[in-house]
Amino acid sequence: MAEPLHIALGLTDEEFAMIRSVLQRDPNDLELAMYSVMWSEHCSYKSSRVHLRRLPTEGPSVIMGPGENAGVIDVGDGFALAIRMESHNHPSAIEPYQGAATGVGGILRDIFTVGARPVALLDSLWMGPQNDPKSRWIFKGVVSGISGYGNAVGVPTVGGETHFEEKFGYNPLVNVAAIGIAPKEHLIKAAATGAGNLVVLLGAPTGRDGIGGVSILASTGFGGESDSSKRPSVQVGDPFEEKKLIELCLDLLRSDLLVGIQDLGGAGLSCATSETAAKGGSSMDIYLDKVPRRESCMEPFEVMISESQERMLAIVHPSNLDKVLALAEHWEVQASVVGEVKDPERWLDGKVRGILRVYDHRDGELLAEVPAGSLADEAPLYDRERREPEGWKRKLQDAPSVDSVTEDVLNDLLKTTFDPSTVYRQYDHQLFLNTIVGPGEDAALLRIGAPGVGRVERSFGVSVDGNPRWCVVHPRRGAAATVVESVMNIACVGAKAVALVDCLNFGNPTHPEVMWQLSESIDGVAEACEALGVAVVGGNVSLYNEANGVDIDPTPTVTTVGLSNIPSLPVPSLARSSVGSSLYLIGESCETLSGSAFAFDFLNSDGGNLFTFDYDKVTRLRDTAIELFEHADAYGVETLHNVSSGGVLDAVREISASSRVGCVLYRDKLTVMDLLGEKPDRLLVTTTSDTELEALLLGKGLSFVRIGYFDGGDVLFA
Amino acid sequence: MDKAVGVVVFPGTNCEHDVVEALVDLGVPHRLIWHRETDLMDLECVIIPGGFAHGDYLRPGAIAKFSPVMKAVSSFATSGRSVLGICNGFQVLTEAKLLEGALQKNAGLSFICDVVECEVASRNSPVTSSLELGEKLRLPINHFEGNYTCAEDDLKRLLDEDRIILRYVDNPNGSIGDIAAICNKDRNIVGMMPHPERAMSDLLGSSSGRKILASLLERSAVLS
Repeated sequence: MAEPLHIALGLTDEEFAMIRSVLQRDPNDLELAMYSVMWSEHCSYKSSRVHLRRLPTEGPSVIMGPGENAGVIDVGDGFALAIRMESHNHPSAIEPYQGAATGVGGILRDIFTVGARPVALLDSLWMGPQNDPKSRWIFKGVVSGISGYGNAVGVPTVGGETHFEEKFGYNPLVNVAAIGIAPKEHLIKAAATGAGNLVVLLGAPTGRDGIGGVSILASTGFGGESDSSKRPSVQVGDPFEEKKLIELCLDLLRSDLLVGIQDLGGAGLSCATSETAAKGGSSMDIYLDKVPRRESCMEPFEVMISESQERMLAIVHPSNLDKVLALAEHWEVQASVVGEVKDPERWLDGKVRGILRVYDHRDGELLAEVPAGSLADEAPLYDRERREPEGWKRKLQDAPSVDSVTEDVLNDLLKTTFDPSTVYRQYDHQLFLNTIVGPGEDAALLRIGAPGVGRVERSFGVSVDGNPRWCVVHPRRGAAATVVESVMNIACVGAKAVALVDCLNFGNPTHPEVMWQLSESIDGVAEACEALGVAVVGGNVSLYNEANGVDIDPTPTVTTVGLSNIPSLPVPSLARSSVGSSLYLIGESCETLSGSAFAFDFLNSDGGNLFTFDYDKVTRLRDTAIELFEHADAYGVETLHNVSSGGVLDAVREISASSRVGCVLYRDKLTVMDLLGEKPDRLLVTTTSDTELEALLLGKGLSFVRIGYFDGGDVLFA
Repeated sequence: MDKAVGVVVFPGTNCEHDVVEALVDLGVPHRLIWHRETDLMDLECVIIPGGFAHGDYLRPGAIAKFSPVMKAVSSFATSGRSVLGICNGFQVLTEAKLLEGALQKNAGLSFICDVVECEVASRNSPVTSSLELGEKLRLPINHFEGNYTCAEDDLKRLLDEDRIILRYVDNPNGSIGDIAAICNKDRNIVGMMPHPERAMSDLLGSSSGRKILASLLERSAVLS
C-alpha cells in the first residue's frame, strides 16, 4: 500500500491529527500541501522556537526584533538600519549557482519588504576541501552565483568569510546577510488589514520551480543517489526582475500607496497570504485564476506552494490601485489583483479568526478554507530530546598537545595561504559610494546612506562570523566566542556592536545530540550578547544539515552591526603596515590549542576545552580598539587586526600579504598556544608610536607585548 | 532652467544614483532620463552610467541599443554635445555603433571589482582636457565584460587619430592595447570602463574621478 499523502509531504500522523482538529474534517490535498510547507521545519521553526526565546532581543535602539522580515535598529536622525541573515545550504549543495543566487535574492526581498533599500550583502561560506572535485564545483558555483546575482541586482557585497573544512564537502554552508537603510517613516509591517483592500501580486509569473523547497530540500538531510532528483526543488533566480521589483516597491512605499507588503519566499503564496492575513487579523480570499503563470496546466497546489522567485504580495486600498498599476507599468513589472482582504469570521471552534480561502476564480469553486493563523503561527512546537554527546566530558580533558609542534612545522605554516581576494574581487563592493573599509579587512565600514533615502554623517561596521570547530569542541563557549569575535571585528573598524542577527546551522533535530548542541549554542550567543550589550534582532535556523547520516559540526554564524563616526584619514588597514613599524599583541595570552584550525587540520584533534572570557576585559579591549581606530593618528596606528581563526600566525600573515611588507616575530615572546590558539579577544596593532600606544594600554589596564616589527618581504622568526 | 546633465536609466542600470551624487558634489544641475524618453535637447551633456541594462541579457548593451532613448542619444551626439558612457554605458555605446569595437569577457573569465591605475593617453577629449598627458589616475573598475577588442584597422585608426584616451598601467582584463577609454572621431562621445563617479573622495579610496568628471562638465559648459 502506498504511504498516506501527509507522510509523503513530510507531516507526521500527530500533525495530521492536529490539522483535522483545526478543520474538524479531513483536509483536502491542497490544504494538506499548504500545511506541509507552512509546518515544515524551515517555515515554522518548530524544533528551535522553544529555545530561541532565551535570546536577548531588546535594546535601546531596537525598532523591530525577531518575527519581522528583518531586524531594524535606529541609527538616529530619522534613519533606520534593517538587517537579516539566512542560510541557503541545501539548495547550494544541489545546484550551487542557483542555490546561492536565490539565497541572495531572498534575503534582499526581506530587506525591502520592511521598506529599506538594500545597501550591502555579506556571506559566510564553509566549503569542502578544494582538492575534492565536487567541493571545487560547489565553491565555484556558489561564488559565481553570489557574484552573478548580487552584482546584477545592484547591491554591493562588502564582506564575508570563506573557510574550507572536510566536513562540509557534501553539505556546504552558504549563509547570506543583507543590510538596508530606510527613513524611519517608511518602515512597514507585513500585515493585511482593512476589509475590501486588494491583494496584488507583483513580479515574476509563477512556475513549477521550487515546489516543496522548504519541506523536501530544507527540512531533510542528504545521502544516497536521489539527491540530484531534488534539483527541481531548487528555485531559479533572475536578478533583473528583482532589480525592477526593488525599484518598484521602494517607489510604492515612497508614494505611500501600500497598506502592507510581504515577500514570497519559502512556501510561496501559502506563506505570504497566511502570514499577512494572520498578522493583520483579517480573512483573505485568493482567486487562483488571477495568478500569472509561467507554465500551463499547473495544479492549484503547485500555484499555492511554488517558490518561484522575484515575487511580492502588496495590500492596496482600492482607491490607490490605478496608481499602483501605473507605477508597476513604469518599472516594467507585472502586477495582478489576485484577491481581497475580508473581515475575520467566527470559525468552527467559536473563535473569531482570519480565514484564508482559495478559490479557483471569483465566485467559483472553493478549493481551500483554513484559519490563516493555523498555517502561519500554530505549527506544533517541539521540545525535542536533548543529550550531551557520549564521551563529551571526557574529551574536554583530552587537550591537543603542543609537543609535535616543532620549529620546522611553524616555519612551514608561515607559507600556507589562501588569498580571499580571489573571491571578493568577483563581487561589486563599491556601489552606492558607502564603502570606507571593504572586504579583506576584519569588518566592513560603510557610510550610512542610500539612493532615495539620503545620508547621515555617520557610518556602520558589519562583520559575519562563524566557527564550527570552536562550537563542536564546546557549543556554548564556541557560540559565545563567535559573538566575541564578531564584536571585536567591528571594533577594529571603529564600530561598537549594538545588534546582531544569527543563522543557526545544525544537523538533524531528531538526533538528541544535535538538539543539545543547538540549545547550548543559543545559550552561548545569549551569554555573550547580554554581557556585551548586543541585541539579537532576528535570525534563521537551518536544520537537517547532514549527509549520509553524519551531522555537520554545529555552526551558529552571526552578522553583527555597530555604529561609528566617519573616520578621519588615513584609515587604519591591513595594507598600511610599513617597514620599521612595531607589532603589538594586546590581550590575555591564549592557553589552549583546542578548537583551532591547527588542532583540527594538523593534529587531528577536536578535543580539549575551549577558552572562556572575562567580559569586563573584552569590553575594555573592544573600547580600546575603537579608540585606536578613531584616533589612529595620535597613536601612530597603521593596522588594527583581530586574532581569530588561525591564531596570531595567520593574523600576521594576513597583514604581511596585504601590506606586502615582511614581519620579524620575536619567537621568545610568543608561545605555541599564542601563535596557533584562536582566543578572539586579542588584538594585533601596528604602530609607529610605541610610547604613545604603550601609555594608552597601561592606562587601560590591558596586557600587551611588542611581538615584532615590519621589515623585508617574508614573515619570519627571530 | 539651467542647462543640465542627463543621466540615462535603463531597467537594470544601477550606477545612476552614484553619478548623480558625483554631479551634486560638483554642483551641477542634472536629471534622470528614463529609457523611454526621446527628447534630450534641453541638456548639455548625457552620461550613460554603469549597471546591467535590461539585465545584460543576450549581451551587455544588446537590448539597450533598441531602447527609445538611444535614437535620441545618437541625435544628441550629432549636435556636437558630449556623451559619456561608463562601464555598461561604454558597452551600450559600442553595441549602438556610436563607438567602434566591442567589450568581451575579461581574459581571466571572471568578474573583477578592484581599483586600478590608469594613465592619460590623450588630452584631446572631453574627459581628459584638464589632465596632464601620462598622468596616473587610481580608478575603480567593476565588470565582467571589460576586455576591449576591435578590428585591426579600427585599432590603427584609434591610434592614428589619437582616440585612445586612457590606458591601464597593469592591464587587468586583456583589453587590446591596454585600452580603458576611447572617444569617437568627433571627440564628443567617450566610452570608459573605469568608474570616475566611484573615485570622488579619498575616504572611499581615490579622488581621481573628480578630475575626469570636472573636465567633462567644463567642456560641456555646465561647470565653469
